[in-house]
Amino acid sequence: MPLSGRKKTDALASLALQSQLGEEIRFRDRLRRLARENKTAVVSAALILVMALAAVFAPLLTPYGEKDMDLLNRLSPPSAAHLLGTDEGGRDVLARLLYGARISLLVGVVPALLSLLLGALLGVIAGYRGGWADALIMRAADITLAFPSMLLTMVVMYALGGGIGNVFLTLTLVNWANVARVVRAQTLQLKNSEFAESARITGVPSRVIMRRHILPNCLPTLLVLFTLNIPASILTESSLSFLGLGVQPPYASWGLMINTGRQYLFNAPWLCFVPGAAIMLIVLAFNFLGNGLMDVLDPRQQKS
Amino acid sequence: MEETILEVSRLTVTIPTDRGEILPVNDVSLRIPAGKIVGIVGESGCGKSMTARAVIGLIRPPGRVAGGSVRLGGRELTGLLPKERRRLMGSEISMVFQEPMSSLNPVMKVGRQVEEALLQHGVCSRKEARERVLEMFRAVEIPEPEVRYDSYPHQLSGGLRQRVMIAMAMVCRPRVLIADEPTTALDVTVEAQILRLLRELRDRGTGLLVISHNLGVIAQLCDWVYVMYAGRIVESASAEELFERPLHPYTRGLFRSVLSVGEGAETLETIPGVVPSLHHLPEGCSFSLRCSRCETRCEKEMPELRELAPGHAVRCRPAEREALHE
Repeated sequence: MPLSGRKKTDALASLALQSQLGEEIRFRDRLRRLARENKTAVVSAALILVMALAAVFAPLLTPYGEKDMDLLNRLSPPSAAHLLGTDEGGRDVLARLLYGARISLLVGVVPALLSLLLGALLGVIAGYRGGWADALIMRAADITLAFPSMLLTMVVMYALGGGIGNVFLTLTLVNWANVARVVRAQTLQLKNSEFAESARITGVPSRVIMRRHILPNCLPTLLVLFTLNIPASILTESSLSFLGLGVQPPYASWGLMINTGRQYLFNAPWLCFVPGAAIMLIVLAFNFLGNGLMDVLDPRQQKS
Repeated sequence: MEETILEVSRLTVTIPTDRGEILPVNDVSLRIPAGKIVGIVGESGCGKSMTARAVIGLIRPPGRVAGGSVRLGGRELTGLLPKERRRLMGSEISMVFQEPMSSLNPVMKVGRQVEEALLQHGVCSRKEARERVLEMFRAVEIPEPEVRYDSYPHQLSGGLRQRVMIAMAMVCRPRVLIADEPTTALDVTVEAQILRLLRELRDRGTGLLVISHNLGVIAQLCDWVYVMYAGRIVESASAEELFERPLHPYTRGLFRSVLSVGEGAETLETIPGVVPSLHHLPEGCSFSLRCSRCETRCEKEMPELRELAPGHAVRCRPAEREALHE
C-alpha cells in the first residue's frame, strides 16, 4: 500500500540517505529492470498514457461537448447514443468524463511539478547553506506539515475562492514541504561527498555546485516523489470539487461530477460510479507506478 | 635553496566535541618547494588528511583552523574571503582525493567535470576547453581521450578514474597539488603508473604534497618526508636521510613494521598499543605510552621539534642525546 504523509517522506528521506553514491547501476538500466520485473507498473504506465491521450483528444472521441445541455434527455441511462448515459442537465457523461480528465490530470501534474520545483529549490538551499536559511525554510516546512493537509487545503481554498488557478496554487503550497525535506536530507549527504568537494576545491561556486552536482543526483528521488504526489493532488482536487471549493460548474472535474451525481444516486447511479471508477483507476495507477519506481531506485532492494 | 611555493607555519585545527576540544592538527609547520614531492606519513588518525584539508581550506564545520598560516607563493590563504579563495583554488592549488570511486559525480560526463574548473576560472572558451581537457587526458595517459571525454564515471576503472581526478586537479596548471592517499584504492600495477605520473608532474615544476600511510609509496616518491603522530610532526628530514637514519622511536617502529620480502623474519614487528585518543593525550610526549625508550621526563613534558643535523628535525629527547653522542 502507498504510504501516507510524513511516513512517506521519512521513507524517502532514508532512501535518499542510502542514495546512489558510487552506484554502478544507471538510471536507464533500472527503468529497464522495472519494465521487465514489475508488470503492474507497466500496466499502470500504459493506463496513465491512455487516459492522458483520451483527455487530450477528447473532442475527437465524443461528438458532445462538456457543457452541451439536452433537457429532453435528462438522466438517461447508458445507451448507444450516450455510452455512459446523461446527467441531470442532459449532458453526456462520457464527454464530461473525458473533458474532466483534462482538469483532473492537469490538477495532478501541475501542482506536483510546481511543488517539486519549489521544494527542490528550497530544500537544496536549506541543505547546502545551512544556518539561518536552513532554520527558516525547515521551520516553514514543519509548520506546513503540522496541519492536516486536507484541512490546510480547505482553509486556503476557502480564503482564495474556487477556480483552477487557485487549486494549483493551494496544492503547491501544501505539497512543497515534503519535497523540501527529502531534498534537504539528500543535499546534506551530497554536499560533503568527495565529488562536491573536488568541485569546490577547483573553485566552483556554491550555486553551480547545487545546480550541476547536487540536484541532478536527486533526480531519481524527485521522480518517485513526483509520481506519488500526482495521485494525492488528484484526490485532493476531487475532494475539494466535491465540497464545492474546487472547479466550478459548468466545467467538469471528476470530483465535481460525483458531487452533482450524489443527489441522483438511486435512480442514476452511473453519474457517481463512472467518475468514481476513473478516480480510483488513475490514483491506483500512479501509486503503483510510483512504488515500482521506488523499488528499482532504492539501492537497498538491488538484486545481484 | 630551492624556491618555496607553499609554506605552512604553526597550523592548528580544532574540533569542539562533547568531551572538550581536540586538536587533530597541532602546531604543524611544513614547506613545499617547487618541483619537489613532500610526503606526510603516519598511522590512521594521526592528522595527515586533516592537515591536507586544512591547507586547502576544506575543514568541515564544526572543525576550524584555529591558528597558523598557509602562504602560497607569498600570499596568505587563511582568512581569505570565499570569493578570493575560489579564484586561487584549482588555478594555484588543487587536490586529489583518495577515493576515485566517489570523487567523481556519477551523473556527469567526466570530460565535463574536468572542463568545469577551466570554465569557472574563465581560462578559455568552451571550444578551447574541450581541447585542453583532451590534451590533459593525453598527458595523464588516458587511452582514447575522445571516447573517455563522454564517459560516465561508472564506465571507467579505478585507475582511469584516478587519472581523471588528477587531470581535473591539474587542468588549470596549479603550482601546488595535494594528493591524499592517491594510490590507496588501486592495485600495485596501477599504483606504479600513478606514481610515475606524479613524478612527471614534479619534473615539470609542480610542488606536490603527498599523504600516505604506505611507506613504500613515500620511499619511492618523496624528496622530503614529515612523520606525523597524534596531530604533531615528530620527525622531518629528506627522504634519503630519513630512511637511512631514522631517529624518532615512532619512525623506527614504523619502518620495522614493514614487511619486506626475503628477509626471513619470523614475526612481523609491531608498535605496541594504539594511537591514543585525542581526548586522552598523555601530559608529556604523545608517544610516551607506546615508546620503549620513554623516560620520566617524557611523561611530563612535550619535547620540542629540534634540528639535530642539517635538515633533520626530531621531537624526542632520548633521540637527541643519542645523536649528540654519536
